Amino acid sequence: MKRNQVIVALVGIIFVLFPLVVKSDYYQHLVILALMWVVIGGSWNLLAGYTGQVSFGHAVFFGTGAYTAGILANKLAISAWWGMAFGGFIAALVGLFIGWVCFRLRGPYFALATIAAGEIFRLIATNWESLTEGMLGIMILQTFRSKLPYYYVALALAASSIWVFDLVMKSKWGFYFVSIREDQDAAESLGINATLYKNISLLISSFFTGMAGAFYMNYMAFIDPEVVFSLHYISIMAILVGIIGGVATIWGPAVGAFIMIGVQETFRSALFGLAPSWVSQSHVLVFGLLVIFVILFMANGVVGDWPKIKRLFLRSR
Amino acid sequence: MGVGAVSFFEVKDISKNFGGLMAVNGVSFEVEQGEIFGLIGPNGSGKTTIFNLINQYFPLTSGDILFKGKSVKGMKTYQICHLGIGRTFQVVKPLKRMTVLENVMASAFCRVNSFRESKNLAMETLEFCNLLHEKDKSAASLPIAGRKRLEITRAMATKPELLLLDETAAGLNPGELDEAIELIQRIRDRGVTVIIVEHIMKVIMTISNRIHAINYGQTIAEGSPEEVANNKEVIEAYLGEESYA
Repeated sequence: MKRNQVIVALVGIIFVLFPLVVKSDYYQHLVILALMWVVIGGSWNLLAGYTGQVSFGHAVFFGTGAYTAGILANKLAISAWWGMAFGGFIAALVGLFIGWVCFRLRGPYFALATIAAGEIFRLIATNWESLTEGMLGIMILQTFRSKLPYYYVALALAASSIWVFDLVMKSKWGFYFVSIREDQDAAESLGINATLYKNISLLISSFFTGMAGAFYMNYMAFIDPEVVFSLHYISIMAILVGIIGGVATIWGPAVGAFIMIGVQETFRSALFGLAPSWVSQSHVLVFGLLVIFVILFMANGVVGDWPKIKRLFLRSR
Repeated sequence: MGVGAVSFFEVKDISKNFGGLMAVNGVSFEVEQGEIFGLIGPNGSGKTTIFNLINQYFPLTSGDILFKGKSVKGMKTYQICHLGIGRTFQVVKPLKRMTVLENVMASAFCRVNSFRESKNLAMETLEFCNLLHEKDKSAASLPIAGRKRLEITRAMATKPELLLLDETAAGLNPGELDEAIELIQRIRDRGVTVIIVEHIMKVIMTISNRIHAINYGQTIAEGSPEEVANNKEVIEAYLGEESYA
């Protein structure tokens, strides 16, 4: 218990000091993206990993958050930073609506419904041009030239999301989420209102994903429907972050986010320019191989199977 | 019972229709507070369906079910639990990737809100049900006797006034059987009324105050264990009709 707290404190200090030591914009950018994915992966994990409601549609909440911030800035000339708060709330409202519709379905049927929801939102954002500028996307002015403020906002968001998820999972809600995942009928007979608690889980999950989306708008200063409502860039990526890091663990998605951003960047840059350029087009392929590897050899992800990994290294020494 | 007194638990002429099949057809019985009430019948006679009707897992086709004078018709399954009716499943449903303690804590949250209170209630219930030594094992690792006991422990942690036990003794060896009988009696002694579905006659005949027998979804007998055991229709339902030879 004590030892873990020391490790968490040390990791925290490293992250606070990182941009002061590593001045490179490029590396700061990668860590900012990874921190954003910590939030999204953790949100997905709360709903899918702990509550057992696998979502293929987290782009809905990410895109809604991003567009909320973008539209506030674009149409109402309100700072997109307000979108950080509003984006979360609007995404949570959308979450409630999707829960109201989709939680009538269980298991794979729920997952399929979330894919449909994602596509519907992408098409709305593409075609409602008077509000979203359609395929042109929304461009705003960045507030800061330096990466530092963005870095610390992302870090605060990531840290607070992990803190909230941890708190939730140690409470009555957490017990109820896992019970619903394990056996919904048994959960109901133990006095658990499964529909209510699935919606609570979705509400928290969509709120944080929406906040991450609004952050993305502020940071990248440009969004379009093909990016923020993308099935594979956002929805699938959220799943990969969760699976590779470790489903239903607090730290899994955090580790998964850094692994995924690392792998993505390594291959996107063609092994940092050392390999021929066709390698850069293979990063999606590498994701596929990575998932196959993880499912075959560490089905619980890096964090979930950490004891197994540790044993492997100790034995080979 | 005096005139105007409300009975503790009453099943009134209930029926359940699955498509064209009458799984339960006009069954009525009353259960008095503090007794162990046995429900018997051959395979497929509708015993588990009656439990599923009581906790509203299925909606009733007709009839009514009254708990302390209040109809439970149309309530949700989780509301039945909050009302004070707990149940176990014949096909056990452990929350597999949780420890035994976590399983019981999840159900204890039905009555308390904080982590600490839930843990206290869970520990107390585990001790009462003699499962405390297994508390840190994963529910998936328990053998069948442990899983059956976990079902009971979980139901008890929701502090029921009426407990429905669905074949909690099936698949147990003789030693485990005696422990199960002893546990059910202790639950009754705590003031919890029990309705028990069971095939093992040793269990049902030893502990029931009264027994209700059904076949093909209909009542064939009700009375003390001796009365029911000697009832002609019950014997026929279990052993077949007397041969002509």
